[in-house]
Amino acid sequence: MKKILSSSWFIPLQIGSIAGITGILMSLVGMVEEFAKRDIIAGIIEMGQTLVFINLLVAGYFAASRSQRAQAYLRVIEGGLAGAIATFFLWILVQLIPPLDLRSIFLNASPALIKVLTFDREGAAALGVMLTAGFLSGLAGGLIQSLPARYRTAVVRGLIWVAMLGLLQDLIRVTLLNFPGVGTALQWMFGSRNEKGLSVAGAIAVFVVVTGGSILQSNQATSLSARVGRLPAKQQQFIRWGGLLLAGAIVFYLPQVLGLYLSEVANQVGLFILMGLGLNIVVGFAGLLDLGYVAFFAIGAYVMGYLTTTAIGPESGQIIYGPQLNFWQALPIAVLISLVAGVILGVPVLNIRGDYLAIVTLGFGEIIRILAGSDFLKPYIGGSQGIVQVAPITIAGVDFNSPQKLYYLIILGILLATFVSWRLRDSRIGRAWKALREDEDVAQAMGIHLVSTKLMAFATGAAFAGMSGAIFASKIGSIYPHSFKLLVSINVLALIIVGGMGSLPGVFVGALILVGLPELLREFSEYRLLIYGVLLIIMMLTKPEGFIPETTHKRELHEEEPGTV
Amino acid sequence: MANSILSVRKVTKIFGGLIAVNSLDLELAENGIHSVIGPNGAGKTTLFNCITGFYKPESGEILFQGHHLEYLSPDRVTRLGISRTYQNIRLFTNLSALENILVGQHPRLHTGMLGSIFKTPGMVKEEKEALAEARRLLAFVGLTGKGDHLSKNLPYGDQRRLEIARALASKPKVLLLDEPTAGMNPSETQEMVHFILRLRDELGITVLLIEHEMRVVMKISEVVTVLDFGQKIAEGTPAQIQSDSHVIEAYLGRGAASGLAQNEAKAKA
Repeated sequence: MKKILSSSWFIPLQIGSIAGITGILMSLVGMVEEFAKRDIIAGIIEMGQTLVFINLLVAGYFAASRSQRAQAYLRVIEGGLAGAIATFFLWILVQLIPPLDLRSIFLNASPALIKVLTFDREGAAALGVMLTAGFLSGLAGGLIQSLPARYRTAVVRGLIWVAMLGLLQDLIRVTLLNFPGVGTALQWMFGSRNEKGLSVAGAIAVFVVVTGGSILQSNQATSLSARVGRLPAKQQQFIRWGGLLLAGAIVFYLPQVLGLYLSEVANQVGLFILMGLGLNIVVGFAGLLDLGYVAFFAIGAYVMGYLTTTAIGPESGQIIYGPQLNFWQALPIAVLISLVAGVILGVPVLNIRGDYLAIVTLGFGEIIRILAGSDFLKPYIGGSQGIVQVAPITIAGVDFNSPQKLYYLIILGILLATFVSWRLRDSRIGRAWKALREDEDVAQAMGIHLVSTKLMAFATGAAFAGMSGAIFASKIGSIYPHSFKLLVSINVLALIIVGGMGSLPGVFVGALILVGLPELLREFSEYRLLIYGVLLIIMMLTKPEGFIPETTHKRELHEEEPGTV
Repeated sequence: MANSILSVRKVTKIFGGLIAVNSLDLELAENGIHSVIGPNGAGKTTLFNCITGFYKPESGEILFQGHHLEYLSPDRVTRLGISRTYQNIRLFTNLSALENILVGQHPRLHTGMLGSIFKTPGMVKEEKEALAEARRLLAFVGLTGKGDHLSKNLPYGDQRRLEIARALASKPKVLLLDEPTAGMNPSETQEMVHFILRLRDELGITVLLIEHEMRVVMKISEVVTVLDFGQKIAEGTPAQIQSDSHVIEAYLGRGAASGLAQNEAKAKA
């Protein structure tokens, strides 16, 4: 007895309690119940329970990793204990809901929630089942933790793939049905048409393939890139060009495969990538924390709207005068004006650093949004009624506004922005930006002109956002001030942080995760910000450098290889 | 005496009520090594900051080859040919050693925005030369092979030398070194002494040095200036400074100084 009470059992108790409270929170805000509508493995595991299970798994994992015990099996048991303790909290919640009438306060504390949490049992059976499930999940978490590192990543990867495929099954099914011969495979993997989630066999297959593949890959003594690096220069070049060509072909054919809805999602991701590339120059390269970045997106959109709208006249909701240009005439003007706006914002904030810069730019973003909605500018840009009938994108008279065609325009913009970012990053200007980010005083003492260097960063970043905004305006066809809220700035900043500050591939990954995924999981949009927040906190704690951290170039020796000189 | 390359004339710098540098005069002889010593808080680093444009002096003038420095921003001062290192090493920690040196070359390069984007032939050539120069400097400070390391991952002594290499990258005529041997063991200090002599002899650079290690100061300086409470209390060759009673008083207190004076009197008698 004394042994149990000794402090070494404190860890499962502590972690179990944390997980228990997290579980209660997730239940009461309605996530469990809402997520229960989606199946991961048809008829067996739905997303709501998965959420509870993941919570328990994580609890078991951390309890085992924090545990100070020498024996592995004891650590795993501690993980199980943490899981059981966490479910005990949930059991208490279930017991409290009816007598306290919790539902009058927490709308989501419904019978449906109780059903999910208790596995549809009652009384002592419920407690027994819950504790067993909790213990087993915790045990599983502990087991995963006790695996050697490469098996651990393989298993985690397998689980993530199963969850993702199960969640996105209807999209995958719709997308791939067009391909001949895939139908039966899909049938087997996902079960019959009206079921949701993976079939049991499909789930096992996915898990085995992903986990097995991952283990096999890590068993190879040398990584693939290292082996490619050892090939002669000519073959390397061949592989590089081949890869590039393949990627190009995939990108080119993607909208045909994706269909209308997914192309629309891709376009939205694309617009955010474009903004992300711009902000990456300002924040990632030059280290100037800009929280009002949406302002340039808004300026690009409003310039496009004003220059091309056909809703002209003195009536309300129409602007008084507009030159009625077409998209291609207006685009360079929109980009240019955004660029100038970047410089104009840059000048007053030249001597402001760090936190203060963030606050000032935040204010700038809000000023632009409020100006856009003001009565003062209403005759020109429509006030709160916005600008309607923005000219669609046409090429040689052909309408280009369908998502599948617009995709190519956005890809073109992204290519341009990536190219510019990439060239600048490795140049004298890029180095000056990075020096500025590291230590502004010393950068100045290195002979770097602070004013011009900062303004160049602001201007380039603003130009990319302006381009994104201009395309956005034509794509939607009408723009309103409320499209340009602070949240857009924060989204873009978050995607850079998650992807990796200063890293170009990071922008793409960040946008796919933070913009693409939420679009695909629309029914959970209510919890979008909550998940966002949790994701950011986890990122900052475990991987503050982002998914794809910025890399420094190896340049001391590599430049003078025989192949290049 | 050789030509003066840098003249500090009656420079005063005040922080609130504290006079950090008080009407200071300093003449830096071309191609020499000039040390500034003094107790903590004597105003040595403040003097450096005034010369390099970080601080604007309240009065007085600083002349470098006919240019007034006291109104210039740090980047302009660097462009004229003065560069410096810092008491607490201030490298660009997340850049590689090579990139640090490349940043140091910034004022000597000219590629702008458009040149960088379109990779004009001029830019490619300039970049190639800059890289070669960076490798040469890396070799000069003995860091060959470490160019691709992040500068924060280098050992302490290497960081000190990298900082000097970065300062040399702008091809300065005058180099200000702020305690280059701080935190070094005797053999590293010895290496640094040789290195500073090479700066003068091989590159023809004029060195202004802040240093606490007296053996270093006495060994390599041609002129030593002693500051205390922002004022110059002595100036001369190392030998003159070592026997100056003001200096001993500032460092060791009044008793020691009078004791020394008595000793001297005895020796004369």
